[in-house]
Amino acid sequence: MIYLDNSATTKPKKEILETFVKANEQFYGNPASLHQMGNAAEDLLEKARAQIADLLHMKHVVFTSGGTEANNLAILGAAYRYQQRGKHIITAVTEHPSVLNSLKVLEEQGFEITRLSVDRTGDISIDELKSALRNDTILVSLMHVNNEIGTIHPIADIARLLKNGRTLFHVDAVQSIGKLVFDKTAMPDLLSMSAHKIHGLKGSGVLAFNDVELKAIQFGGGQEAGLRSGTVSVPHAAALAKALRLAEANPMYEKWNNDLRNFLGNYSDVMVVSPIGGASHILSVAAKGLKGEILVSGLQKEGIVVSTSSACSSKSSETSHVIEAIRLPRAYKDGVIRISFGTFTTKKDIQHFKKAFERVYRLIKGA
Amino acid sequence: MNRIYLDHAATSPVHPEVVEAFAGALGTVYGNPSSIHSSGRTARKALDDARRVFAESINAGDAEIIITSGGTEADNLAIFGTAAKKQGKHIITSAIEHHAVLHACAKLEREGYEVTYLPVDVNGRVEAEDVKKALRDDTILVTVMLGNNEVGTMQPIAEIGELLKGTDVTFHTDAVQAYGILPIDVETLNVDLLSVSAHKLNGPKGIGFLYQRKGTQLAPQLIGGEQERKRRAGTENVPGVIAFAKAVAISLEEKEEKWALYNGFKEMFKAILEGEGVNFYENGSHQMPHILNLSIPGIDIESFLVNLDLAGISASSGSACTAGSIDPSHVLVAMYGEKAEQSRNSIRFSFGIGLTEQDIIQAAEKTAQISKRLALK
Ligand SMILES: Cc1ncc(COP(=O)(O)O)c(C=O)c1O
Ligand SMILES: Cc1ncc(COP(=O)(O)O)c(C=O)c1O
Repeated sequence: MIYLDNSATTKPKKEILETFVKANEQFYGNPASLHQMGNAAEDLLEKARAQIADLLHMKHVVFTSGGTEANNLAILGAAYRYQQRGKHIITAVTEHPSVLNSLKVLEEQGFEITRLSVDRTGDISIDELKSALRNDTILVSLMHVNNEIGTIHPIADIARLLKNGRTLFHVDAVQSIGKLVFDKTAMPDLLSMSAHKIHGLKGSGVLAFNDVELKAIQFGGGQEAGLRSGTVSVPHAAALAKALRLAEANPMYEKWNNDLRNFLGNYSDVMVVSPIGGASHILSVAAKGLKGEILVSGLQKEGIVVSTSSACSSKSSETSHVIEAIRLPRAYKDGVIRISFGTFTTKKDIQHFKKAFERVYRLIKGA
Repeated sequence: MNRIYLDHAATSPVHPEVVEAFAGALGTVYGNPSSIHSSGRTARKALDDARRVFAESINAGDAEIIITSGGTEADNLAIFGTAAKKQGKHIITSAIEHHAVLHACAKLEREGYEVTYLPVDVNGRVEAEDVKKALRDDTILVTVMLGNNEVGTMQPIAEIGELLKGTDVTFHTDAVQAYGILPIDVETLNVDLLSVSAHKLNGPKGIGFLYQRKGTQLAPQLIGGEQERKRRAGTENVPGVIAFAKAVAISLEEKEEKWALYNGFKEMFKAILEGEGVNFYENGSHQMPHILNLSIPGIDIESFLVNLDLAGISASSGSACTAGSIDPSHVLVAMYGEKAEQSRNSIRFSFGIGLTEQDIIQAAEKTAQISKRLALK
């Protein structure tokens, strides 16, 4: 099987599994316990935390149950903490549901949300962002890389723009960590990541932050400096640190992306959806008059795993909000498939994909 | 030094077979269950199979299980989720709940809800009658734990359930400590919501579930994708769930055996202390077999624990979850009062897998030695 759905989730790396299993065997104490078993677990936890903070170029790290919780905590936690300053928040229409739906909850509670539109490449306009900023804007939340089409938002520019103001900047970096290089000198105030997108474990994520205060959204024993109650899974923390250490941008992605972009773009009824200059591990294309599901299952029969626009939206029949937002021509809207690379992807996989696509496409088109 | 771990109620080592199941699943079942392709479907199926194991373990339906990141999230979801959906502003709980319940209730109090904290008797038991007395027209939720994590007392949940039957009050029980130890049937208990955490029964940390009776209203708390039938967003931790299901299967198999074993440990521990002439008494009644909470007059808990730890024995003063603090336990304070010496001289030993009779003898003997040494001062 050739797995080209790494934006949905990835296969864990062996070394990361080993770290996880070893930590489970040797450091099973509760890091909040006061005895030596607890201390040993706590030491490992703090080592992982420091390493992650360092690798992310951020000051503080809170462990969460994944990207969704990290986004929820960043947005709800900052909004509730700073609501005295103002109740206005800016985001973009193409964000992940864990961001958009958190903001919807805030909207129901009296916050005002500005959702920036995007152009056909999925990018926002900095001018539009600037004019949306107000005295009572407490937060801007934007993703680094879009999970459906790979658009990269200029987060360093935006971080600089917001640097000296009172508006916090949150970045959902779930799709960019381990793939893009960050500008250390222009980091946002809040940064979310998820381990299972970088060959780590599911159910494990991080919210990293700098000089920000947050209100907790989960209550109990007061772990994680009161920001996130619940027994901390030290093995998950250690495995996440390992995943981050091992993550590296693969220069081949760009080559493969270009290769497939040319190959698929040559079909007369196929349109490349992902913008040029987007994240190279994601390539989204659309076939005219076809259903993406048909292509996905056709490729499946050839042993190739890709997805329609995203895993989250692949089960509902509506067109994805991202595809709507970039105003893809109607004839192409339902025919989107997403190809996404990971550490285990090889050049051979790409060649297989091309051959398989040719066969499947011809079969479907009845030619 | 051979360390003897007697803090299984704080967290427990992952069972070797569970580690194996976990590691296996990590390498093979890595798809996203929301994906429509074969990897996704494999993951979906594994998730459904595990869900059935959880459901059957408490006599519930598959669709009534919401998988969470642990006991704290399950408790928070039960409490906040009910409050957000229902009209009234009154909640009934007990003074001895875990902080995952108490601090969630405290947050609602800050938002204008009224919370009644039921007292407990000197044995740490809630009276079902007190629940009845506290009920009001605007009561939306009763949340009382099944088994207490510090003194091990089981609460009269079935009795409270019976009393609430036919009312529209939602009934939640935190079964984090009891699950895997007690037989649990949501029909006999008459509960609407029930929380469980995997790491207390030799499963991995960071995973748990909330049982939600069909028809019980609950607003989601983690917000995002449409996972868990729109009740809990976030990519499902499928390998963790598979490992958790394995832990559940093992614990069901070994439940009766463990019950007898841990009760035996308890009796032996106490007998050795008695034999050594240690002056002590046991806190709580109606106990789960894995928790032994002793008050040893004359000792100071902090130095006692340090000494035990140096002797290679891991135990605790109550719950680990107060994140490293040794504030007087709210449970002991509720049982004995604010100033009682028990809140400064009580220690919790809790049993779990891997322990042998030899370990218990050694631990009890060392405990006796240290007790005598420290109580003299
Ligand atoms: C951009 C983005 N943000 C957030 C998430 C949510 O992360 P998780 O699945 O770990 O909850 C995902 C993936 O599902 C994502 O692609
Ligand atoms: C009774 C009880 N409820 C809830 C919890 C919280 O569970 P978790 O640590 O999985 O968040 C614990 C243990 O910490 C507990 O003992």
